[in-house]
Amino acid sequence: MIRTLLRIHWTNLRRDRVAQLLTFVVPMAFFTIFALIFGGRGGGVTGRVHLAVVDESHTATSQRLVQALQAEKSLVVLTQARTPHDTTRVPLDRARAEQLVREGRVPIALVLPAGLDTSLARFDGGGVPIQLLSDPSDPIAPQVVGGLLQKIVMSAMPDLFVKSGIGQFERYAGGLTPKQRTALDQWLPMLQAQAEPESTLARAGGASATAAGDSAGAGAREDSTRAAAMSGLAKVEVVPVLGRKQDTSMISFYAAAIAVMFLLFTASAVAGTLLDEVDSGTLERVLSTRVGMTGLLTGKWIWLTLLGMLQITVMFVYGMLVFRLDLLHHLPGFAVMTLFTAATAAAFGLFLASMCRTRAQLGGISLLIILVMSALGGSMFPRIFMTEAMQKAGLVTFNAWALDGYVKVFWREAPLADLLPQVGMLAGFMVVFLVLARLFARRWERV
Amino acid sequence: MTVLRVENAKKAFGATQALCGVSLELGKGELLGLLGPNGAGKTTLVRALAGRVRLDGGTIELFGRRLSETETRDGLGVVPQEIALYPLLTARENLEAFGSFNGLRGSALRDRVAWALEWTGLSERAREPIRRFSGGMRRRLNIACGVLHEPRVILLDEPTVGVDPQSRERIYEMLDRLRANGVSLLLTTHQLDEAEARCERIVIVDRGRVIAAGTLGELVRDTVGGGRVVTVKLDRAPAAPIEGLASEGDGTIWRGPVHDVDVDLAAVLRRIAAAGRSVVDLEVRQPSLQSVFLHLTGRELRE
Repeated sequence: MIRTLLRIHWTNLRRDRVAQLLTFVVPMAFFTIFALIFGGRGGGVTGRVHLAVVDESHTATSQRLVQALQAEKSLVVLTQARTPHDTTRVPLDRARAEQLVREGRVPIALVLPAGLDTSLARFDGGGVPIQLLSDPSDPIAPQVVGGLLQKIVMSAMPDLFVKSGIGQFERYAGGLTPKQRTALDQWLPMLQAQAEPESTLARAGGASATAAGDSAGAGAREDSTRAAAMSGLAKVEVVPVLGRKQDTSMISFYAAAIAVMFLLFTASAVAGTLLDEVDSGTLERVLSTRVGMTGLLTGKWIWLTLLGMLQITVMFVYGMLVFRLDLLHHLPGFAVMTLFTAATAAAFGLFLASMCRTRAQLGGISLLIILVMSALGGSMFPRIFMTEAMQKAGLVTFNAWALDGYVKVFWREAPLADLLPQVGMLAGFMVVFLVLARLFARRWERV
Repeated sequence: MTVLRVENAKKAFGATQALCGVSLELGKGELLGLLGPNGAGKTTLVRALAGRVRLDGGTIELFGRRLSETETRDGLGVVPQEIALYPLLTARENLEAFGSFNGLRGSALRDRVAWALEWTGLSERAREPIRRFSGGMRRRLNIACGVLHEPRVILLDEPTVGVDPQSRERIYEMLDRLRANGVSLLLTTHQLDEAEARCERIVIVDRGRVIAAGTLGELVRDTVGGGRVVTVKLDRAPAAPIEGLASEGDGTIWRGPVHDVDVDLAAVLRRIAAAGRSVVDLEVRQPSLQSVFLHLTGRELRE
C-alpha cells in the first residue's frame, strides 16, 4: 500500500511542472540571489563606499589625508563636482557635498575643517572635529568611513602621532636633549616617507584592501568597524543632513518595501480571476456580449490599480498611526508614487495572468517571479546595502524604481519633479506589461 | 419566417475540419434541436453564431441580414453549458452585470432584472450570493442572464444538464413563455428524450456535416422506417435465434420491427411459442429519436 502511495506521489510530481519548479528551482533561485547579495559575487568592484570629500583646511596635512583616503581601496573618493549650470569641475564645498548626499548620489561626505592640523592625533579629545555628513538611510556608511578614517590617520600619518606624543612627553616629563631632538628630526621625515599612500599605506593596509576586494566589501567594512572601535585618533562628528530620524526613515522604507511586495502578490492573485473566468466559461460569455477583450482588460486594470492604491495607503496609514511614520507631510509625493506603483503592479499582474494557462501555473510562476523581483528590487533587503553590481541588476525590476521613488519622497524630501525618472520608468514598465498582456490575451478572442 | 440562416459554414482547427459546410435555418418562434455526438461540430457552430469563432467559409444571416465576424450580436442571446456566472455575486447582481454587458442601462435594466427574477422564480432569493444556490437555481439564472436584453434568437447549449426533473420542467416552462412571445430557440443537447418531446425540428450533425434534418416523424421515416419496434422479454433464453428478432443482453430480451402490428406481432408471438419459450413482458412503440440517432451516427465511441 505504501509503495502504491509513493508511486502515485512520484508520478504526480513527475507530471507537475509547477510543483517541480516550486520544489527545486525556486529554492535554488533564492539561494543564488541571496548568495549574490550577501556573498559579494556580483562581479566588478563591489562594496566600495562612495565618499565626497571637502577640504576646508587646505594644508599639507589635509592634502595628505585626502590622498590617503583616495588610496584606500574600500572608498571611491569624490573631491570635485560639476557646477550646476556648467560642465567644468570644481573642488567640492560643504554645500555641494550636502546636496550630493541629499540627492542620494553619495551616502556620505567628509568635511576636513579649517584647523584640522591642530585636531589630528590629539590625546585630549580637543580640537575641531572632522565632520561626516550622512544620509540616515544608510546607517552603515558613517561607521565604515569613520573606521577607515581612524585607520588611515594612524597608518598614513604616523609622524603626526610621534610629534603629538613627544609634545605630550615634553609637557609632562620634561624636554628632550639636543641629541634626542636631532635624532627625532631625522627620523620623522623617514616615518612620513614610509607612510606615503603609494608605499607604506598599500603595504600596511594591504590586508584590509585585499579583504575588501575578496569579500566584496563585507571584509573591509568589518575591518573598518573594528578600527573605529579600537581607536579615537581623529575626532569625528556625524551630522545627518536630511534632518530625519533614522528609525522613522527605515519605517517608511519598509512600509513601501513590504507594501510593494504584497501589492505584487495581490495583483497577480486578483488578475488570476481572468483564468477562473476562462475555466468557468464566464470570459467566453462576457466576450460574446458588447464587452471586448480590451475593455475587459482595461476594467480589470483600473480595478487592480484602485485596489493597489488602497492597499499601499492602508499600509502607510498603519505605519503613521502605529510607528509615527510621517505620511501627512509627504502626501503629494506619496500620491504620485502610489498611483504609478499600483498601476504598474496591476499591469504586471495582468501580464502574468494572461501569460499563464492555468491558476496553478500562475501560482508557481508568480511566486517565483515576485520573490525574485522583491529580493533584487530591495523589498527584502535595502538595495543600498547591496553590491554595486546587484544594485544595477535590481534596476531591471520595476519595484526597485518604485522603492527608489518612495525613498526620494520620504527620505530625501525631494520635490515632485525629482520623481520624474522613477515615474517615467514605472510608466514605461506599465505600458510594456499592458501591451504584453493584451497580446497574450488574444488567444481568448475569436479563433 | 426564417430568422437565422447558416449557409455552408466551414471551419478548420489545424488539420481538424470542425465544420464542413453546415447549413440550417431557424424559423420565428421555433425550437430547433441541434444534435450530434461529441466532437460533431455543434459547439463550434454555436460559437460561430455567437461571434466567437471566425468561419473559414460560409455565411450567417440574422433577420435577413448577413453578419460580419466582428459585429456585436445584439439580437442574439447566448446561454452557455457552463454556469458562467460570478459566484460571489447575488442573483440580482449577476443579472445587473450581464444586462449591463449587453447594453441595458437605468430603468430598462431594472425592469428587465425584475422580470428575470420573476421569470426564474428567484425573486425571494435575489439578494443571496449564488454559490448558495442549488444546481437548478443556477441553471435558471444562467439562462436568464442570456435573455435579459430581449434577444429574438437564443442559443442554448445543454440548458438542462445536471438538473433534476422538476428543474428541467421549470426550465422548459420558461422557454415556452419565451417562444409564446415569438422568440426562436436553437437548442443543443444530448438529452434525446427532451429533444424528441420539445423540439419542433431536429438537425443532426456529425463530423462537421448535417446528416439529417426535419421533424421527428420525417427523421424516423427517412432512416429507420415508419413501422413500430417490438421488444419482448422471455422466461429463458431460446436455444436457437428467433426469426425477425435480434437478442440483447443475456438472451432473454429480443427486439425487432413490426410494420403492421395486427399481422406481424401475432407472427412474432407464434415463433416464440414455437421455440418453447413464454413471454414475460412485451412493448410495442414507435422508433425513438435515439434509434434514429444511433442509426445515423453508429454505436462506436467517438472519444
